[in-house]
Amino acid sequence: MAELTYRDAVSAGIAQEMRRDHNVVFLGEDIAAAGGVFKATTGLLDEFGPDRVKDTPISEQAIVGAAMGAAMTGLRPIAEIMFSDFFAVCWDLVANQIAKTRYMTDGQCSFPLVIRSANGGGSRFGAQHSQSVENWAMAIPGLKVVAPSTPADVKGLLAASVRDPDPVMFFEQKSLYATKGEVPDDEHVEPLGKARVLRDGGDVTIAALAAMVPRAERAAKMLAQDYGISAAVIDVRSLVPLDTTTILEHVGKTGRLVTVEENPRLCGWGAELASIVAEEIFWDLDGPIVRVTTPHIPLPSADALEDAALPSAERIVAAVRQLVD
Amino acid sequence: MEEGFLARTFPSTSGNAPTPIDDDLRLKLYRMMLRARHMEQRAYDLFMQNLVKGTSHLALGQEAVSTGFAAAMRSDDYTFCTYRGHNHTLLRGASMAGILGELMGRECGLMRGKGGSMHLTSVKHGAMGSYAIVGAHLPIATGAAWSAQYRGTQQAAVCFFGDGTTNIGAFHEALNFAVIWKLPVVFVCENNMYMEYTPISDVTAVENPAADRAAAYGLEPVLIDGNDVELVFETASQVLTRAREGGGPSLIEAKTYRHGGHSRADPGKYRPDDEVAAWLERDPLPRYRQRLGKLGIDEAALSKIEAEVEAEVDEATETARNSPAADTSIVEIDVWADGGSAWRN
Ligand SMILES: Cc1ncc(C[n+]2csc(CCOP(=O)(O)OP(=O)(O)O)c2C)c(N)n1
Ligand SMILES: [Mg+2]
Repeated sequence: MAELTYRDAVSAGIAQEMRRDHNVVFLGEDIAAAGGVFKATTGLLDEFGPDRVKDTPISEQAIVGAAMGAAMTGLRPIAEIMFSDFFAVCWDLVANQIAKTRYMTDGQCSFPLVIRSANGGGSRFGAQHSQSVENWAMAIPGLKVVAPSTPADVKGLLAASVRDPDPVMFFEQKSLYATKGEVPDDEHVEPLGKARVLRDGGDVTIAALAAMVPRAERAAKMLAQDYGISAAVIDVRSLVPLDTTTILEHVGKTGRLVTVEENPRLCGWGAELASIVAEEIFWDLDGPIVRVTTPHIPLPSADALEDAALPSAERIVAAVRQLVD
Repeated sequence: MEEGFLARTFPSTSGNAPTPIDDDLRLKLYRMMLRARHMEQRAYDLFMQNLVKGTSHLALGQEAVSTGFAAAMRSDDYTFCTYRGHNHTLLRGASMAGILGELMGRECGLMRGKGGSMHLTSVKHGAMGSYAIVGAHLPIATGAAWSAQYRGTQQAAVCFFGDGTTNIGAFHEALNFAVIWKLPVVFVCENNMYMEYTPISDVTAVENPAADRAAAYGLEPVLIDGNDVELVFETASQVLTRAREGGGPSLIEAKTYRHGGHSRADPGKYRPDDEVAAWLERDPLPRYRQRLGKLGIDEAALSKIEAEVEAEVDEATETARNSPAADTSIVEIDVWADGGSAWRN
């Protein structure tokens, strides 16, 4: 084990897979010589050379399209889209082409590729560089959607995404890049589609993703210390496939569910979870399902405004207290 | 308008000797064009009988482009084409009954009904898909060429698209990308002078929508008569060799014309009668048949091909007609590589 930052875990995960499989190649804007605008890919060009680690022009359609064409002809590309907001300029390639072509061709081709992107708020970048767009991807059949919250999961889930035979949208939360955690030095692969239970609890289950996970954990501590409320915390980790087994099991035990989502309110993943819970274990519930989300607004830039918009540990505590009391 | 109304311009950087065209190849080119022509005429008939559902975009009149390229390609090369791609897919080797069956929504369809007319694909023949969002497949073909370059296979990717496609961003992104990485990809603009209904000249800053843009990417402008199948074949041979030898991408503009409307719903009335008449005069099929006659090719050899192709189309039609409707048990399979579509456990 070594302590790594979330950002260093990105290059550790990519390097692990590139060492293992010569068909893994990596492309994106400023990712090679410059090591990425978030410095998450430093050292890869030196180790793997310019045939495998490739700087591209500012051409998101070409980046994603090239990854698709390479994947359907034998390579395992990793493409970087610098900010997830930029998916809006290449969404055709993601949503119409990569996601659908396997199905439309009756399974004649596969798309073993990963698109990594810096997602989410907290960096005071304003409405076009801060969005949480994992729900965009979750809405499209044919895409797997992963969003790690810790350095160890960055390495392990990225490795699993590269090995997965299907397209994976890999959302790194940019305000987590500087956070640190223990990461296995040896080969590390975490299976996709498994939520992680971070904390057991009897009164309520809090399900969170990416940057909302540490906030949910902090809220759970406050609830225990200050209010004697016992909250289970689940890091959802993967939206597609979705580990409903783990989530339903815990919600069934606690009788209450609070989702914590960074995305704007409408059609967030928490709404899908709420509908599954309501449909399948309604009679086990002791209260309404509550969603804590960013309001349905574009994210503002100023620190005071952005902090007011994103779900905080305090908002989670308030929501849980209202539900449990 | 005369034969050879466009210069036989080749990329001057490629010093390759032209591939010799012998009579066997000529008969092959004729047969290929004829198969495409008759299959699509049959598709039109089936459509009139309400047996083809949804939409379909015929390339009647444009057969020389897909034929010239397919004949020049190696069997492991990649074809990427558009919704107007029945011929491009057929001529790489896909089954005719599979194509007609797909148009008709039958179990025998190339994709068993999951793709339809606009998405014909036969990966085992190098037909890597027909793409229905204008421009999307140019970056994808670029990626396949990158993969071929990386794997060192000397395969090339050929990407067909229309004049209208030169005005979408993906065209420009893909060209620049292919040039900077020197990728073995050939971009083929089939300039049939119209997007859907609007003449390309009304909406484009330059006269020749592809060729006049070549210079912006450091490429040689190549503008050819796309109704001259031998010229297309020669051009294709040149640029494919160049691609395999590491010379990078090419951009070809082949001028041609679709005889019918844009799609099944369109009678094409927006086109002046004299324009249509002039292009019918230049129909690549009778034109080539005449040329073959002048070159001394036996009339009997030509009629034999014609009879064989007609029989082939009849047989494919019967196979497709007799095939049951697409099997509904496949609706929820093959989203993922494991064959399933599960999104939760
Ligand atoms: C992005 C996008 N915009 C618009 C359309 C609708 N559309 C389908 S075909 C077509 C015309 C394309 O013209 P061209 O590239 O010249 O090809 P042609 O149909 O003439 O072969 C249009 C506008 C589309 N499919 N995709
Ligand atoms: Mg056109």
